[in-house]
Amino acid sequence: MTSPEPAPDRPAPERPVAERPAPERPHAAINQAIERVYREAYGAVLATLIRYLGGDFDVAEESLADAFARALETWPRDGIPSNPAAWLTTAARNRALDRVRRDRRQAEKLALLERLMPYTEVAKMQLGTEGGLQDDRLSLIFTCCHPALQLDARVALTLRTLGGLTTPEIARAFLVPEATLAQRLVRAKRKIRQAGIPYRVPLGAELPERLDSVLAVLYLVFNEGYLASAGESPIRRELCSEAIRLAALVADLLPERPETHGLLALLLLQDSRRDARVGADGSIALLEDQDRSLWDGAEIARGLAALDRGFAAAGRLSHASVGRYLLQASIAAEHARTRDGRSTDWRAIATLYEALARIDPSPIVELNRAVAIAQADGPAAGLGLLDELAASGVLAGYHLLPAARADLLRRLGRASEAAAEYERALAMSDNDAERRFLRRRLAETRS
Amino acid sequence: MRYMLLIYADEAQQPDPDSGDAPEISPPWMEYTRWLMGQGIHIGGERLAGSASATTVRIRDSNRLITDGPYTETKEVLGGYYILECDNLDVALEAAARCPGAAEGSIEVRPIVGMPAPAPAG
Repeated sequence: MTSPEPAPDRPAPERPVAERPAPERPHAAINQAIERVYREAYGAVLATLIRYLGGDFDVAEESLADAFARALETWPRDGIPSNPAAWLTTAARNRALDRVRRDRRQAEKLALLERLMPYTEVAKMQLGTEGGLQDDRLSLIFTCCHPALQLDARVALTLRTLGGLTTPEIARAFLVPEATLAQRLVRAKRKIRQAGIPYRVPLGAELPERLDSVLAVLYLVFNEGYLASAGESPIRRELCSEAIRLAALVADLLPERPETHGLLALLLLQDSRRDARVGADGSIALLEDQDRSLWDGAEIARGLAALDRGFAAAGRLSHASVGRYLLQASIAAEHARTRDGRSTDWRAIATLYEALARIDPSPIVELNRAVAIAQADGPAAGLGLLDELAASGVLAGYHLLPAARADLLRRLGRASEAAAEYERALAMSDNDAERRFLRRRLAETRS
Repeated sequence: MRYMLLIYADEAQQPDPDSGDAPEISPPWMEYTRWLMGQGIHIGGERLAGSASATTVRIRDSNRLITDGPYTETKEVLGGYYILECDNLDVALEAAARCPGAAEGSIEVRPIVGMPAPAPAG
């Protein structure tokens, strides 16, 4: 990082290919460092470029890829610039201008050039000020998560543009064919252009509704990585860390919105338990059975700090109540603060589920509340609530309902009824780790 | 950008526009149109006669097929439209959300693709 760096607004002039000296073989280490820097800067740089280009995602992506190719050539020689984001933005903007000038005869491109030119001055002012770049990222995430786009398109576009994940990576993570994913991205970008989806942070009354959509997309990305049945492939982990990174960004940029901190806290606290979630035999480990020494203490500390910031923000907003993410994070925090499963405050958790049911009623929340009540007041109290849920039929086909009933029946000593419920749960679950757990419990119940 | 708000509604829930007892245009719609004009985004808009008055034309194998009724047999039918000039989709969506028709039926918001006027014949 100490070597001389090109001025951020002026990457080294390009030489014709023939004159270019043979590139020295760069070390793998510096290439890795460059890729890491690129990855970190990607979303911010792309967001700024899209603004320069009046919303043209495609030219922005192509120009940034060009700039990265130049970085791979020059950075090993000159060192990584101290502000890589500014360097990449300038290089990419110049490439975008080149592209447009080459196609000058096309009227459409000429119009683009005219839009571009006034921005070059603006760019000089904003480059290097972290704020300018970050605001662009916030506009970009609201565009990518616009409710006028289909949910799966929002997810793909967010990961592609802000996360900088490649199309094949996203396709692998969501287990869809690459062509399908590519098509999804093309359609989403076309809809943004044709329907006139704006590139800006929504204002006033619009903000809460639109922020909900952003947070929902990030939560979905996280869960896709966290709840995956397809085992611990690295790309799945990548989804979780990407969701956390973006949630931290949104919380940073909209610190006055309580739910931004709530989501960040929830993701961090859930992720902190990742290594303890599956036991040595490959079966899912219930919270109370998890080896808590495997929980990530640093992540828990970050999560609890985010939770505090969220409640502080909620306290400052007179009209805002505590939302579903802060409540879910509070539940996760109850577990995180308890170093021994037996001393869990299930009464407090049941109360939090009650509050959650009031603002975001759903049968899944009811199921969780019943389980918490069973822990606090004994299995019979919980079973009554579960029986009501089962009778209502709203969770038909959801394996965790018979699994929860089975557990309470087992604890009440009603072994044969418990076994029947374990069998029903097994028939409904397609997650290997869960099935292993259920089979083990079934065997114990029968013995 | 120009957008069209296509107003769909279940006709069974609406006063029959062809009968004498339906007012020409009800106060909420009048007020809404005034609001659009006040925003400076109103270009035009009309209410359509009931779908019972619709006739659909198709050309199949060079034959003209005329059928009674609207093109699709769904409960919600096109009942009217507005054409707006808005900076972006968010402005158009905000306008659509305020439309009285949004509370009962649904409003489809579609960008209008400008078509160059054809050169005069001859």
